[in-house]
Amino acid sequence: MTGPETTMQAARPIGSGSPLARWIETPEGVVLPIELGPRGERAVAFILDFLIVIGIIVALYLLLIIVILGGAFSGIGWLFALVMLASFFIRSFYFAFFELRWQGTTPGKRAMGLRVIDRAGGPLTPQAVLARNLMREVEVFLPLTVLLSGTFSGEVWQTLATIGWLAVFMFMPLLNRDGLRVGDMVAGTWVVAAPKGALLRDLAQDEVPADAEAPTPAYYSFTTKQLDAYGIYELQTLEGVLRDRRPNADEVRAEVARRIRAKIEMPEADPADPDNERFLRDFYTAMRARLEHRMLLGVRRRDKHDRR
Amino acid sequence: MATVHTRAKVDEIGDAAVGGGGAPVTTLKSTAFRAEREPAWRRLEALITRAETGGLASLDARELLRLPILYRAVLSSLSVARAISLDRNLLTYLESLSSRAYFLVYGGRSNALSAIGRFLAVTLPAAVRAARWYIALSALCMVLGALVGYVLTIGNLDWFYTFVSEGSAQGRTPTADTETLRRPLFSDGRGLSERLTAFASFLFTHNARIGIMAFALGFALGAPTVLLLFFNGLTLGAFAALYTSRGLGTELWGWLLIHGVTELTAIVLCGAAGLMLGRAVIFPGEYTRLQNLARAGRRAGVIVIGAVLMFFVAALLEGFGRQLILQTDQRFLVAGVTAVLWGLYFVRSGRGAS
Repeated sequence: MTGPETTMQAARPIGSGSPLARWIETPEGVVLPIELGPRGERAVAFILDFLIVIGIIVALYLLLIIVILGGAFSGIGWLFALVMLASFFIRSFYFAFFELRWQGTTPGKRAMGLRVIDRAGGPLTPQAVLARNLMREVEVFLPLTVLLSGTFSGEVWQTLATIGWLAVFMFMPLLNRDGLRVGDMVAGTWVVAAPKGALLRDLAQDEVPADAEAPTPAYYSFTTKQLDAYGIYELQTLEGVLRDRRPNADEVRAEVARRIRAKIEMPEADPADPDNERFLRDFYTAMRARLEHRMLLGVRRRDKHDRR
Repeated sequence: MATVHTRAKVDEIGDAAVGGGGAPVTTLKSTAFRAEREPAWRRLEALITRAETGGLASLDARELLRLPILYRAVLSSLSVARAISLDRNLLTYLESLSSRAYFLVYGGRSNALSAIGRFLAVTLPAAVRAARWYIALSALCMVLGALVGYVLTIGNLDWFYTFVSEGSAQGRTPTADTETLRRPLFSDGRGLSERLTAFASFLFTHNARIGIMAFALGFALGAPTVLLLFFNGLTLGAFAALYTSRGLGTELWGWLLIHGVTELTAIVLCGAAGLMLGRAVIFPGEYTRLQNLARAGRRAGVIVIGAVLMFFVAALLEGFGRQLILQTDQRFLVAGVTAVLWGLYFVRSGRGAS
């Protein structure tokens, strides 16, 4: 699934190189980036859900045994039938039930921050949820039954063929780029990681102390030529440097400031007190103003090599 | 040029304004944009965060109505931001907020009950009607199997052992005497009622799983589905031949069809669904194989759900109806009624609804 390259790459040049990054187009026609759920996390989510299912079924049977041992109830046959039916329904519809009720999540998926969505960007239909979960019967429960019962009658090659056949279903997520299992292929869905992202302060705007009358004016100013030394990629890298809160962030900023000053031929006013943070902030703000202005006029200068 | 306080021509740059002290105070378009729209984003974020932890049910009616409005507002904000802003944190935030809202708004129906009602009244019969040629083919596979099984077995009863496994024969083999064959057909199961209910549950789970397998295995080009249907038919034909050879043909069909009309139809439907998957993979048409599999899979999934429900009805008929109704002609009556009801349901229900 490829997105409209030009706009999107320009909009987010950094961090979209992940092998799990994909695009979907919403019914409103807006393209959104999503990240596929890593296979490991999906496996853990499944195991969690599976344990819940097994737990419920075992609990039901334990209850049945207690009732039988208690001997207080005469309709054992009915109870047994009921427990079997319940087990079947729980096993077959646990996943579908939660994915329908919880907008594409199950307890396991929720714990791992995963979610099922429609691959084409449309709504997740009940049909898709049911189809992808019925497939589990073949992907998981059938191989398990075969392996656990160990009923490999017949020739060796038959056994091998059976195992190979089941392995194709079980390991399908490892065999395609999108990590789709067979159920996902049939239902047209995929599992994505729940997006995170907090809105931080706008770097182009100074924190205004409550008692201040006006925002602090920029201390440094730059010529158009100086601002044109870099493009959007460098601007957003600089944003990352300015937002950096790691212990060695100040050293990084000093180094970045030194390089920028060299590049735009603008030495420190006072080498003893270089005021790197102020310089970088002002440079960032001025450069963003310049690049956003040019963007409005239709020029997206992607990086410093982009001669526009 | 390389002076520290260069008096830049800042007026050229965006909305830059010249501050009183000579140095510029810049208020970017993107900053102003953010200041104006941020409250709406925060409102949406609060709604989403609550819905993500407590489910959509934790929102009241007014908030539920506001959710799609705020969602579209944030999508529009995102589009604007992509055009005017280079603040990567802002873009990332808007993208993740839009995605989270999108997941909630398009994450599937929360009202399970009305979804089920609509499914039964409209979606399922429509899907079955649309799949009539697959159903015909699937039925043909089974009927062919039954014919082959019948013709071979009636000619030479030894074939019976080839077609019917010991497990499903349960002593009803060509060597058994006629009375042994006859007895299970008219056993009223009195005294065994408890075991029979358990048996019905077992059959339900067993047959439902065979059906689901016939569907799911269709993924492999449909070949396993065809084989499964054919073998099922073989077993059926072999039994019919054995009983007919003892003059019990009519009694067997009465015993079989009272629930078999429902059950065999369900198996045929599952087979049809499997064939749809197989065809989607073999002949993808104008789509990619994967896209086409997804398209067919959703339609086929509907049919399989319907079939599972039919297996449930069949198990009830088998577990109770057959034990209570011991006259062969009455059994045929029930079989006929179920056939008419299923036929009417699939042909008529939901017609005219879009």
